[in-house]
Amino acid sequence: MDLTLYVWRQAGPAAPGRMVEYAARDINPDSSFLELLDVINERLAERGEDRIAFDHDCREGICGTCGFMINGEAHGPLRGTTVCQLHMRHFKDGEILRLEPWRARAFPVLKDLMVDRSAFDRVIEAGGFISVATGSAPEANQVAVPKPVADRAFEAAQCIGCGACVAQCPNGAAQLFTSAKVSHLGLLPQGQPERLARALAMVEAMEELGFGACSNFAECEAVCPKRISIDFIARMNRDYLKAKAQGTPGRA
Amino acid sequence: MILDSKAPPGPLQAKWQEHRNHLRLVNPNNKRKFTVLVVGSGLAGASAAASLAELGYRVKCFCFQDSPRRAHSIAAQGGINAAKNYHNDGDSVFRLFYDTVKGGDFRSREANVYRLAELSLNIIDQCVAQGVPFAREYGGLLDNRSFGGAQVSRTFYARGQTGQQLLLGAYQALSRQVAAGQIEMVPRSEMLDLVVEEGRARGLITRDLVSGNLERHAGHAVVLATGGYSNVYYLSTNAKGSNVTAIWRAHRRGALFANPCLSQIHPTCIPPSGDYQSKLTLMSESLRNDGRIWVPRDPQDTRPPESIPEEERDYYLETRYPAFGNLVPRDVAARNAKHVVDSGRGVGPQKNGVYLDLAGAIRRLGRQAIADRYGNLLEMYQKITGEDPYTTPMRIYPAPHYTMGGLWVDYNLMSTIDGLFVLGEANFSDHGANRLGASALMQGLADGYFILPSTLGDYLAGHLGETPVTGGETFGVVEAEVRARIGRLLAVRGSRSADSFHRRLGAIVWHACGILRTAAGLEAALRDVAALEDEFWHDLRVSGTGSEVNQDLERAGRVADYFELARLMCRDALERDESCGCHLREEHQTAEGEPLRDDEHYSYVSAWEWKGPDSPPALHKEPLHFDYVEPSRRSYK
Amino acid sequence: MAWFPDLYRSAIGKKAVMAVSGIILFGYVLLHMIGNLKLYEGPKALQDYADFLRSAGTPALPASGLLWIVRIVLLAAVVLHVVASWQVTTASRRARPAAYAGASRIHTGYASRTMRWGGVIILLFVVYHLLHLTWGAAHPSFRQHDVYHNVVAGFQVWWVALFYVLAQFALGFHLDHGLWSLFQSLGWSHPRFNGWRRGFAHAFALLITAANVSFPIAVLTGLVR
Ligand SMILES: Cc1cc2nc3c(=O)[nH]c(=O)nc-3n(C[C@H](O)[C@H](O)[C@H](O)COP(=O)(O)OP(=O)(O)OC[C@H]3O[C@@H](n4cnc5c(N)ncnc54)[C@H](O)[C@@H]3O)c2cc1C
Ligand code: HEM
Ligand code: HEM
Ligand code: SF4
Ligand code: F3S
Ligand code: FES
Repeated sequence: MDLTLYVWRQAGPAAPGRMVEYAARDINPDSSFLELLDVINERLAERGEDRIAFDHDCREGICGTCGFMINGEAHGPLRGTTVCQLHMRHFKDGEILRLEPWRARAFPVLKDLMVDRSAFDRVIEAGGFISVATGSAPEANQVAVPKPVADRAFEAAQCIGCGACVAQCPNGAAQLFTSAKVSHLGLLPQGQPERLARALAMVEAMEELGFGACSNFAECEAVCPKRISIDFIARMNRDYLKAKAQGTPGRA
Repeated sequence: MILDSKAPPGPLQAKWQEHRNHLRLVNPNNKRKFTVLVVGSGLAGASAAASLAELGYRVKCFCFQDSPRRAHSIAAQGGINAAKNYHNDGDSVFRLFYDTVKGGDFRSREANVYRLAELSLNIIDQCVAQGVPFAREYGGLLDNRSFGGAQVSRTFYARGQTGQQLLLGAYQALSRQVAAGQIEMVPRSEMLDLVVEEGRARGLITRDLVSGNLERHAGHAVVLATGGYSNVYYLSTNAKGSNVTAIWRAHRRGALFANPCLSQIHPTCIPPSGDYQSKLTLMSESLRNDGRIWVPRDPQDTRPPESIPEEERDYYLETRYPAFGNLVPRDVAARNAKHVVDSGRGVGPQKNGVYLDLAGAIRRLGRQAIADRYGNLLEMYQKITGEDPYTTPMRIYPAPHYTMGGLWVDYNLMSTIDGLFVLGEANFSDHGANRLGASALMQGLADGYFILPSTLGDYLAGHLGETPVTGGETFGVVEAEVRARIGRLLAVRGSRSADSFHRRLGAIVWHACGILRTAAGLEAALRDVAALEDEFWHDLRVSGTGSEVNQDLERAGRVADYFELARLMCRDALERDESCGCHLREEHQTAEGEPLRDDEHYSYVSAWEWKGPDSPPALHKEPLHFDYVEPSRRSYK
Repeated sequence: MAWFPDLYRSAIGKKAVMAVSGIILFGYVLLHMIGNLKLYEGPKALQDYADFLRSAGTPALPASGLLWIVRIVLLAAVVLHVVASWQVTTASRRARPAAYAGASRIHTGYASRTMRWGGVIILLFVVYHLLHLTWGAAHPSFRQHDVYHNVVAGFQVWWVALFYVLAQFALGFHLDHGLWSLFQSLGWSHPRFNGWRRGFAHAFALLITAANVSFPIAVLTGLVR
């Protein structure tokens, strides 16, 4: 199949960027979107031109490294899928596709389709953990976790940190990502002692990092490759408001 | 060189405890005076970095991904073993130890494996306390399943995402220490060389993958937890970034490389669909519990598989191994699939797979039951192939998956370079010639959470008062070498991309040094690799410069190291003139085609010493002793 | 009161303030709508109702006392709601400075997309509405204390009626998203009632819009005269 691509090319963080047209000919419909870019890149490289930079690693939809916008949709048109698991058979021959990096103030573009998502790490560092030093853990079956609670925590824990939620959110908000971690740990008995302090610290870090405010647009949920539910956003808000109401001290 | 494993004397059950009782300790006030460089933040690296930081050491941790949350460990689906015996089905530390040694085809160190089995218990405790959402039963207690043909249920899992959940647990522990100022995390940074001064590992040269700058880092000890090198085969189940560069550079600086040819080929992966194929995807082998494997009897048969009648199908595993049928171990299943495809009977558009057919199970148990068991997997299969596995048989083929080989380490996980420790898949590990399912995660975490934090102190205790500096002469020399090498890659200015060379290299290694090996094939491969390597250095094209994001350059550097590794693998495979573990040396098989191990001559770890680019490497041997498990022959007939 | 500025500092706090003020405003709009239904019972019923509002709370409170309390609460709610909405909107603009070339909305409905402009229209409407029916400054024949006349005469001007109708649609969309959104903002989420939240928002948005739109239409069509 043949496709026309417009790809955002930007040489570096401070450089201006623009859309550049590429014709993709004879693309195998069984290849993945990243393999399509590989093919284009290989042709560019052999001509000595600069390849299109994009992040990727596992190519199995689990590491969260890949991701860009295809025609204004994070990870492209297929729901519950990362670009590395998006296959060309889902596009029509002759289609025009616009590829752009995640755009958000908290995610500066590094090059082409590659952005800096380290703000997510900062959010986790603010409190996205259970404080348990190696060696101090009790026997694993000492605390029973009701299966529904464990399953719910698992659903939240599935977030792969890809950033699609932020990219799609018209407000550049990181609510879905942050709430997934707040909920994963806040649901489990092991996470109870730090529950409110964690919500407080993570929300405050998130807001300081330049993410926007949530207007409950639910765009994030629609593009999340792990289909994380916005119910977790409500849960995070509740924990946060509760922490404020109880005067929970933040982390130092 | 005498390879001293430092495995402690005494009864098996007491070795680790006794050993720990005698390790030197570092005073709490002194711990912060030590800087430890940890390369890699996968399960092994992240757990080590977090645990060392908790103890009070200053840690600098590196990874090439944009975040430590993304290492290749994240892709592990199946689960993690632990001898908890929650099912009261007779499991024990000894049994896990026994199974691992036997599964490894008697090519691992008993003392290490026993310690691994002991620590498996603590790992689960630690992970649960961190909030890893393992699967649970209705009573709220942890669920286990039997995995990879084990006779007991000892595998803990988190749906199909065990690796991800374990890694996130370790990443969170690491993040806590970053926040506490104990760890300096350096992501998007690739280790390009090791700095060795006076025989001791003193630091690293890394390249900042955003700015392209080369950086020097000095520490009291260096820890490599950089994962496996299955990507030498180009197509493998590993993440695209997984590479051998870190350990290969250390090897060139004096660390012995153990058992390089021992790689594991997983039998159930989705076969490649074209030249553009960039990686292979694993389908959990649990599918073999309900799927039957077959190919058409007639190689020319082009009918859709559903319409091929029973009597025209060859259920080759069931015929050859009536006792085990489709549940033969990984290596047997993989080898037979390759035989079938090599003999021209492969299926699919590329004739490169065999059918794994769920039709019988669906008829017997119903579609819903199969969906409950394998729903996620089947959805993934459908996404990738566009075929519906509920109505048409799946196509599978073996793919490189794990490398048992790696840098040689002693019982303390220290390599042959003083102060260089190696953890996880990067070391030559406790899996011998074949790794059991669900035990790589266990090993990485045992190394990182429990072993290194004990043994590193013993090494550091002897180096109090030293101040690592990056200003020394050696740092300058090594940095200049790294710079020169980057310059060399950029200067070739030929016509072909690094990927295109990698693809060809992979094909050579796969055919000669994959599941099936022959002396003639390996010798030919040695020549072919050398010729291709030569072509690489004359016709490579790397676009861009070294002082920016340059993914072309990153790849080229890794591929260059794969060439050298590939030669060592073939040499090691040639030297190991026996069939063992995952591979079959065609010269050594029974009349029925079963592998023949040679304990008399090859019961050792081969550890190779780098002798320079133009000289053959030197082989050193660490003999293996089996005091608690009697080496026996595996038979699945 | 230190907790308030502390809470208000964060965006989630601002959204909680918006949700609570939104509930107050919603409550007012709902009751106001119910009261206005007296229009259909004739001039006397409406006038009695208006007088009742002015005398409610007496003698415990001075005349119009309760009305003033309500007015103050409403004014505070409007100020907080509008200021907070301004602040979160600018913060979000800053967080997402660039738009996508291939822009496509996947999930966001018309209602949620128009919250900001819809809010502005409502604000303009309220100002006009007060000038029109409360103070009479924008009314062609305003009669103090003759509510029925003011409404009927007011709506007989077709473009005034049209503006009212349009404003009610803006309000309807605003409520359609807002009445659902406030549950999220305040963390009122539970599998047992989450299914109801959308229905609740749709139902009340529709109810209020339909009833409010009916008033100018009824006057224009001569149903009420
Ligand atoms: C598809 C798949 C499924 C699997 N399933 C299972 C399973 O179910 N159970 C099981 O037990 N095992 C499984 N395994 C094996 C297991 O996942 C791995 O062996 C294990 O996770 C390796 O962990 P690690 O920490 O050693 O290395 P990795 O997770 O590979 O981490 C390597 C780290 O090193 C860094 N690094 C590498 N090179 C450099 C460099 N040059 N400079 C800087 N940093 C560098 C990387 O950034 C990364 O952080 C599976 C493997 C695959 C491929
Ligand atoms: C009768 C009048 C009004 C009612 C009943 C009302 C009600 C609501 C409610 C319930 C919400 C949801 C709050 C949340 O998600 O927590 C909301 C949001 C909003 N309101 Fe109003 N509102 C009114 C008037 C206004 C006015 C006058 C403006 C602005 C000029 C305005 C601007 C907004 C905006 C921008 C939002 C969305 C904020 C966001 O989530 O980003 N509203 N409103
Ligand atoms: C078509 C629908 C509406 C009709 C017919 C209507 C009618 C009236 C009338 C007749 C009054 C004057 C009452 C009096 O002076 O005693 C009034 C007052 C008022 N209306 Fe409305 N109204 C409508 C919609 C709205 C809406 C949607 C809002 C808010 C968003 C609103 C807010 C107010 C306010 C704040 C006052 C002043 C109350 C006071 O303090 O005296 N009205 N309305
Ligand atoms: S919540 Fe979903 S979209 Fe957002 S980072 Fe996590 S996985 Fe990606
Ligand atoms: S799209 Fe944005 S507005 Fe909230 S619900 Fe999702 S973060
Ligand atoms: S590359 Fe890992 S999720 Fe796409």
